[in-house]
Parts: sequence; structure tokens; C-alpha cells
Amino acid sequence: MHWPIDLIVLTFVIFCAIAAISVKDLLSTAILFSAYSFLMCLLWTVMGAVDVAFTEASVGAGVSTVFFVAAIFRTSRRTKD
Amino acid sequence: MKLLAFIVVSLTGALLLYGTAEFPDWGDPNSPASLHVSNYYIEKTYEETHAPNFVTAVVTDYRGFDTMFETAVIFCAGLGCFLLLRDFREKKEYFYRHIPTGVILHVKDGKKKITTGKEFEYMDKDWVPQDLINRTACRILIPFIQIYAMYVVAHGDYSPGGGFQGGVIFGSSLILLAISYDLQTLVERIREKLLGILAATGVLIYAGIAAICMPMGGNFLDYGKLAPLLPAGSHVRALGMLGVEIGVGIAVMAIMVIIYINIVSVGRHDEGL
Amino acid sequence: MSDLLSLIIAKYNYWLYVILMMIGLYAMIAKNNLIKKIVGMNIFQTAIILFYVSIGYKTNATIPIIKSADTGHGMVVRAADYINPLTSCLMLTAIVVSVATFGFAMALTVRIYRRYQTLEEDELRMRLSE
Repeated sequence: MHWPIDLIVLTFVIFCAIAAISVKDLLSTAILFSAYSFLMCLLWTVMGAVDVAFTEASVGAGVSTVFFVAAIFRTSRRTKD
Repeated sequence: MKLLAFIVVSLTGALLLYGTAEFPDWGDPNSPASLHVSNYYIEKTYEETHAPNFVTAVVTDYRGFDTMFETAVIFCAGLGCFLLLRDFREKKEYFYRHIPTGVILHVKDGKKKITTGKEFEYMDKDWVPQDLINRTACRILIPFIQIYAMYVVAHGDYSPGGGFQGGVIFGSSLILLAISYDLQTLVERIREKLLGILAATGVLIYAGIAAICMPMGGNFLDYGKLAPLLPAGSHVRALGMLGVEIGVGIAVMAIMVIIYINIVSVGRHDEGL
Repeated sequence: MSDLLSLIIAKYNYWLYVILMMIGLYAMIAKNNLIKKIVGMNIFQTAIILFYVSIGYKTNATIPIIKSADTGHGMVVRAADYINPLTSCLMLTAIVVSVATFGFAMALTVRIYRRYQTLEEDELRMRLSE
């Protein structure tokens, strides 16, 4: 496996994780969290664990984001910090 | 508080990094995790179970006990959401829209209901006009997504996939129906009672196939002893794995829809996203 | 010093995994909003799964699905040709448990909001002590 792919995707993953917990709007957190999950799926595909990548793609970038947005719809969208 | 948290987190990180100094290098075939049992799984899986995908064979056959309790965990999560949020109180006011003229009726008495049909349509409290393109595109896509989900479950032995992934995709197609139309469309087509029965049936199929092996003379989850029940000449363990995956898929599909409906309508099952 | 540097470069992937885990842990401890804490928990879980799956990688090995050239009679399957399937299998269960926990945590959050009309931890503490 080519190490530049690994390094670049891991850097993006860390950026997404830091951004997801720092923004003040919860809908942005949901979208950034979905992007984080999709990048993790890419990492696992590159490492060869295709079953784990398939599961994370369907669960993290699919159903988990829908639950998150549904919960924000019924509670508030802004946070204080 | 944040400074204290930062110090604690840095100390924990430093301890973990000190611990990884003796971990195996990247990609080492002789690391301890890749010796012992894992070599046995790679070399003997195809001869014993005739399933090309090692991961599905290990998950549903060699370590099938874990997967049975994982299905039970998903079932408990859905059950917990239902028990926390479900609200059986009757709605007090309804909104109806007269389709030819666009007039909106606000019926305040909970007992009087107007039959919906060609003239009157039921409306959510925060109603937005549904887009025709959105509705038509989703209506065409949903059967294909469901066929893909069944394909993923059936080919779990041969390609990446399996019961859990197919179940989640099937559940997502039903959630797509609820988002593109409205929640009442989904709730009228697939009742809550049917979803509960499906979830329990999925777990029962798994435990049932595992338990049938015992009267046939084997241990719990010993699929090799199911040979008298299946047609002659078939690969018994691969068929046992397929049956078990179908159980997992049905259970997961029902639970994903139950959790979504209960979160988005806060238990009242009337209106949603 | 060069010894330490060569150690860092040899194991740089573990450094990145530990940094990701610590981001998740920090979000669970220090953030005020309940939903941010849940996001931090999920970041922690996926970072641990990433760590585990990376241990099972072998260089010059392929994905754990048997090649058709190895399925004839008398063919010997060499273990060094395929990556370790055991770590993937254990982490599949971990992902399922993580999604179940996430759904249940969202249900709890919605219920808390319905009762107390807020999701911030300090306001909740004030309203609980009244």
C-alpha cells in the first residue's frame, strides 16, 4: 500500500474530526461527521479490510447521519460552544 | 475545566504512545496477531465451509456465537428506543388541505376525522410543498435499492457484504420513502406491529438454526450436522451461513426503521422530516 | 536523538491513531453540549477500530477473499498471501455495537430535550438542582 495515500487521507481525517467538534452549528457537525466516516471507509479499503469498509459506508455515511439530522430536527440546532 | 481536560488528555496520549513503542511494524506478516489461529482460518476455510469470503465465514460460522449476541444487542437498542420514546396519547388537532382550492382546514376536535382521498389531503404542522421531481426520482429508485440489498445479503459468502450490510441498506430504502414523501406514507404501509414481529423473527431465525443443530447430534451452532435436512450434494455449512445471514438482515432492517420513526416523530408517529 | 527520530518515522501511523483517539476523548470530557459528547464518543470508537484493523495488514498481501486459482483440488493456500481476516471480523461486531449505541444515545437526547428544553450541560445541572 502506498504510504502517501495513507498519510494524506489520515491528515484529512484529523482535520474533519477537529472541525466536527469545534463548529457551533449542529447541522455542520452532522455533515462533517458524515465526511469523517466516509474518509475512514476509504482508509479501510486501502488497507484491504473490505468488509469493514462496506459496513462503515452503509452505517456511518448512511443511517448514522440520518439519525443525527432527525435528532437535531427535534431539538435545537445551535450550541453555546 | 478545559485546561484540566487538555492536561489529562495529553498525559493519556503520552502513555499510549510510550506503549506503542514495542508494537509490531507496519505490515509485518509475523506479528503476533497474524500467527496461531488466523493462519488456520485462512488455510482451512475453503475446504471446510466452501465459502470464498474468509471474513463472512469466520463471523457467521467459526465465531457465530458472537454474531448471535450482536444481533441481540441491535434488537435491545431498538427495543430501548421504543420504550423510551413511544407516546400513545391521541393527537388533539389535525390539519387537512383541500386539493382543488388549496384551502387549509384546522380541525380542533380529535374525534372528528375527514376521510382523505382525492379531495382532502392530510398535512403536517410544518408542511412544505413536496417537490414533484424529488418524489418521482425516489419512487423509481426505491425498488432498485431493495433489490441491491437482497443481492448483498445473498452474496455474503462470495464478495464483501453479508447480512448486516444488506439489512442496513434495505432499512435505508424505507427511510428514503419516509423522507421523500412523508412519515404517514411509511407508517400506513408498514405498521409498527409488523416491524416488531420482523425484528423478533430475525433473531429467532438465527437462534433457531443454531438450536436445530442440537437434536441432529451436534453442538449448538454446528452447521455440519444439518445435512439430513438439506438436498443431497449441497455444501451444508455454506447454506447454514446463508440462513443465519438472512435472519440478521431481517432483524437489522426492522430495527433501523423503528429507531428512525421513533426519533423523528418523538414517539408520536404522526409527522417527521 | 537520531534514534528517537528514526523511531518516530518508523511508527508514525500509531502516532496519528493516538492523536485521533485523544481528540475523541477530549470532546467527551470538555465539551458542553450533549450531542458533541456523543460525536466525540463515536470518533473514539472509530479510531480504535482503525487501530485494530491496521494491525492485520500484511505487505504484498491481497484482500481476504480466496483467489480462483487456489480453489482447485490439491491447491495449497498460503497464509502470507492474504491479510488477516480475524481483526476485520472482530471489528465488524464493534461497528454494529457503535451504531446501536449511537441510535440509543440520540433517543435519550431527544427525551432530555423534551423534559428540560436545553441540551447544555451546565444549564441542565442548574435545572436538575432546582
